[in-house]
Amino acid sequence: MSLSPSALLSVRDLKKTFGSEVVLDGISFEVPVHTATVFIGASGSGKSTLLRALNLLEQVDDGVIELDGEEITAVDIDPDQVRRKLGMVFQAFNLFPHMSVLENITLSPIKVHGLTRDEANERALSLLERFGLREKADQYPDRLSGGQQQRVAIIRALARNPRLLLLDEITSALDPVLVNEVLLTVRELKEEGMTMVIATHEMGFAKQVADQLCYLHGGKIVESGRASDVIDRPKEPETQEFLARVHSAGRL
Amino acid sequence: MTSPISDSENWQPSELERRRRAERQRKTQKNVLIAGISSVLVLGTFSIILVNSPGWISLRDTFFKWAYGVEVLPKVILGFTTNITLTLIAGSSVALLGLLLALVRTSRSPALTPFRFLATIYVDVFRGIPMILVILLIGFGIPALQIPGVTNEVLILGTIAVIITYTAYVAEVLRSGILTVHPSQRAAARSLGLSHFQTLRHVVLPQAIKRVTPPLLNDLVALIKDTGLISILGVTDAVRAAQIQTAKSFNYTPYVMAALLFLAVTIPLTRYTDRILRRSMERQNAQGLT
Repeated sequence: MSLSPSALLSVRDLKKTFGSEVVLDGISFEVPVHTATVFIGASGSGKSTLLRALNLLEQVDDGVIELDGEEITAVDIDPDQVRRKLGMVFQAFNLFPHMSVLENITLSPIKVHGLTRDEANERALSLLERFGLREKADQYPDRLSGGQQQRVAIIRALARNPRLLLLDEITSALDPVLVNEVLLTVRELKEEGMTMVIATHEMGFAKQVADQLCYLHGGKIVESGRASDVIDRPKEPETQEFLARVHSAGRL
Repeated sequence: MTSPISDSENWQPSELERRRRAERQRKTQKNVLIAGISSVLVLGTFSIILVNSPGWISLRDTFFKWAYGVEVLPKVILGFTTNITLTLIAGSSVALLGLLLALVRTSRSPALTPFRFLATIYVDVFRGIPMILVILLIGFGIPALQIPGVTNEVLILGTIAVIITYTAYVAEVLRSGILTVHPSQRAAARSLGLSHFQTLRHVVLPQAIKRVTPPLLNDLVALIKDTGLISILGVTDAVRAAQIQTAKSFNYTPYVMAALLFLAVTIPLTRYTDRILRRSMERQNAQGLT
């Protein structure tokens, strides 16, 4: 498999095991710049591990990850340098409870990217303004609703101007009403051309944002393609069975 | 987390992965080598400076005369049993009283308001007074009152003084631990129908105590050493026993023996606690963060 010129991220034959459990079993895909790749699959299919591996939070057991043409799975790579180009949003928000919203957002721009406090504040406030959270800037995360917290977490990732945004089941901890406000935010980013890798359980959302949809099962990409093809006309029996279960749960 | 897959059983790492592993191994070996060399250099330099200093020979004879050390060891050990006994008695009393005090100070019940007030004053006062003064005040002051039925035994009075002081410290450590447990934990427990007390007992305290175990261990080690302070009331502990021997021979080796006895208890205790903490953290926390 060769790296196409427009691919921002290229993953080849990725393997990850925990003891005797094989979590990722030969994953390969490419993410062209300005596109969104969405992973769907049951809990435990390896989605989160994959995203953590992309962010170098997990050491993989085999395979190659290339970001901007650089092999980030190389032994002598500096993970901190790689992560400067990546933004990650977690299922449980992971905001720092001892910092205000503004401090959460400006921490990395100031400490890692060398912005002055004024520059970082200005940038953070304009992002907050854009996503309708301007008045929450001085509040602490615990005082916000789940949806607001997750939007702050997205802004925190965005404030560093990442090349690639990793979203790990960012709506799984939210109720349906709040899910919407978060997904709306992601759709906006998509329209602006942000390159994203997304793990989600929301099929409707997957259909809306995915340029490429991958169904992950048992650590393998069983089926991938255009979102409408995979979701509406699945070819593989595993995909069909999974979608039928999602359907009967009323989540489609 | 996932289903094992049959054809992965005989999966062989790729050429690239084998190279990566070899490179990682080389890095590890290099790090071990660097650690070894730097240790030898640092420790070697220190020993050379020590052995070559002008007074080293006379110092060795006054502080490290091992034959004499072994000779006086039984007496020092006898004194050391006092330290250990006092630590066990004082330690368990302090744990109980400190916990009680911490619970009172963190409770919100209006009925406990006067106790909360008193507990605060207690901590303020006894954390602020040097322990040696508390020992003197209680050890010599209580007998001077001549209250019938109250003991004049300095060992008991001294122990009480140690307990009073340490309770104030430990109560504050425990209180800070309790305050770091997130309110959502309390909410979850109460919503499961647990009473206020059950919530404390099963949800709040286990998390709080785990978090403050390192500082509590600090206090325990300090307690083992501070039990010796009651020797000013005339009790013979390890340090006092060593002092008696030194006064006879003008050789300081007994002090070194006493120091070794203290280390023989505190070092294993620290390692053991570290291991327990690490294990429980490994069990509870998600893996893989760099």
